[in-house]
Amino acid sequence: MMADKGNVEIRNLDVRFGSGANVVDAVNEVSIDVKPGEFVSILGPSGCGKSTLLNVVAGFVKRTGGSVLVDGVDVRGPGAERGMVFQQYSLFPWMTVRKNVEFGLKMQGRQRSERETAARTLLGLAGLLAFENHYPDQLSGGMKQRVGIVRALATSPQVLLMDEPFGALDAQTRVVMQQILTNMWQRFRLSVLFITHDIDESIFLSDKVYVMTARPGRIKAEIEVPLPRPRVAEMTTSNEFLQLKRQLHELIRGESFKAMGGDLKEGMGGFGMEVGPQGVAELI
Amino acid sequence: MRTAELINYHEETNDAASAPERAATPANDQRKVIAEQTVGQTSPGHAVWRNLADSVGRNIGSAVLALISIALFIGAWYLAVKYRVDFYVRFTNIPAPLDVFKEMVDLSKNDSFYQNMLISLRRILLGFGIAVVFGVALGLVIGRYRLARQLMSPILEILRPIPAIAWVPIAIMLWPTNEGSIVFITFLGSFFPILLSTVHGVTSVDPVLIRAARSLGAKEPALLRQVILPAALPQIFNGLSVGMGVAWVSLIAAEMISGQYGIGYFTWEAYSLIQYSDIVIGMIVIGFLGLACSTAIRWIGRLSMPWANQNGGSKA
Repeated sequence: MMADKGNVEIRNLDVRFGSGANVVDAVNEVSIDVKPGEFVSILGPSGCGKSTLLNVVAGFVKRTGGSVLVDGVDVRGPGAERGMVFQQYSLFPWMTVRKNVEFGLKMQGRQRSERETAARTLLGLAGLLAFENHYPDQLSGGMKQRVGIVRALATSPQVLLMDEPFGALDAQTRVVMQQILTNMWQRFRLSVLFITHDIDESIFLSDKVYVMTARPGRIKAEIEVPLPRPRVAEMTTSNEFLQLKRQLHELIRGESFKAMGGDLKEGMGGFGMEVGPQGVAELI
Repeated sequence: MRTAELINYHEETNDAASAPERAATPANDQRKVIAEQTVGQTSPGHAVWRNLADSVGRNIGSAVLALISIALFIGAWYLAVKYRVDFYVRFTNIPAPLDVFKEMVDLSKNDSFYQNMLISLRRILLGFGIAVVFGVALGLVIGRYRLARQLMSPILEILRPIPAIAWVPIAIMLWPTNEGSIVFITFLGSFFPILLSTVHGVTSVDPVLIRAARSLGAKEPALLRQVILPAALPQIFNGLSVGMGVAWVSLIAAEMISGQYGIGYFTWEAYSLIQYSDIVIGMIVIGFLGLACSTAIRWIGRLSMPWANQNGGSKA
């Protein structure tokens, strides 16, 4: 779409919640780059602060330190140039599918006919045109998320922020949605910052995967995904894919334990499981 | 604006973690299935007919039951009057159903009877209408902005438990005309239920919807009108239903105490003039007008919330 736009530069980002003794270091010294047209994932265990990180880029959460620049402009609040797709279903239930997609354009003050044309074009591309007059409650979960993606794309954002968008879907639907998303990305060549805890998903979709640690959320590794484009399902069994998967698995395993270290030590100590000592210590 | 944004910001960060995962409810699942069926394959014609027949059958069934329920009531009333029941309660002075019916036929030729109805309806429309405007507007502001909530909640909480009827003396002193004070009482009665449900509706808007709207470029005014208001609409209509009921209670009481004209006044006057049949007619009219108003609210609710009953259909 716009090959020169969509440059995201996150530098030394800090996010702290609370004050005094209750301070929680959600994100610590995180630096991330998304080049124009690049698909970048942030992979981490739940509770590692990756959603917080995305919410800072979206402008919903204030940072304590560091900088977030989108095409050189400092992020100071939410805006339509950063399209957001949420994990929870976030369609407006009182609007039809098409009105949902039109919403962002309406906020830009576009004419009704122009909005309608744009919305129908995008819905057509996503195979959802037959549902334009349906209300969200009449759609399945996967369809809702597709509409959510289309809605975020309608305002031609410079970057698409996706917060575990397929996390609430069942495994089969999720795989289908990943294919749909990568196909759409192939068409639009839009910068994407994608949050996930699913290793396969991060490899399949991304050009680059950042692995995040738990508490405080730091970047532990930056892994390039050299798989060719366009991505197809068969690649997930290739040696290259499996090797990446093993590598990411190693990186993330320790973090998952650390993220839930307290529980693990109590409940699973007797099973001879290794628990990173520093993980438990950090929590207590 | 600045503080408002700060408040929003704060609330949203708080809600971020607790935003509930909206699992598909059985109702949603059903709708989904219906959506997929209607789209996936052309639905066979006979299914449509069967549905129609089902619903007609159900409607006839419930109509018969409704008639039975009313007939039983009138029958009991007839018997109680006929045998002059005097057991704790006395039916000796109560008019018989047939007398009431005859009187109703007479009254239906009487213009001032309709006048009374229309006057009551106008008072309801005015009092309730003003309550809707103020209740919803204030509810949106209080529900959305913490500062407004902190500023207005204390006084509203104190005023709320005072029944509208208790305002009658003050209302008479406040307003130069009787009409003004009666509309004011009606307004007060419906204002609080509407206000409270609007506040509740606004505070329970799913925060992810607000975030979605803001990330699509919605600023505060658009957010209020196009996201928060429609999201709170189901709750608001609950409040309107309750408010309409209380409006009638307050109106009738006000008309009985301080009124001239109106169906409440008509009923009380009938008692003073020992026209016992007219009392019952007054009550019946109040019942029907109240029912008509509640039905109107429900209809308006359905029309303004088409998404809420798309495939809802008739529930058992």
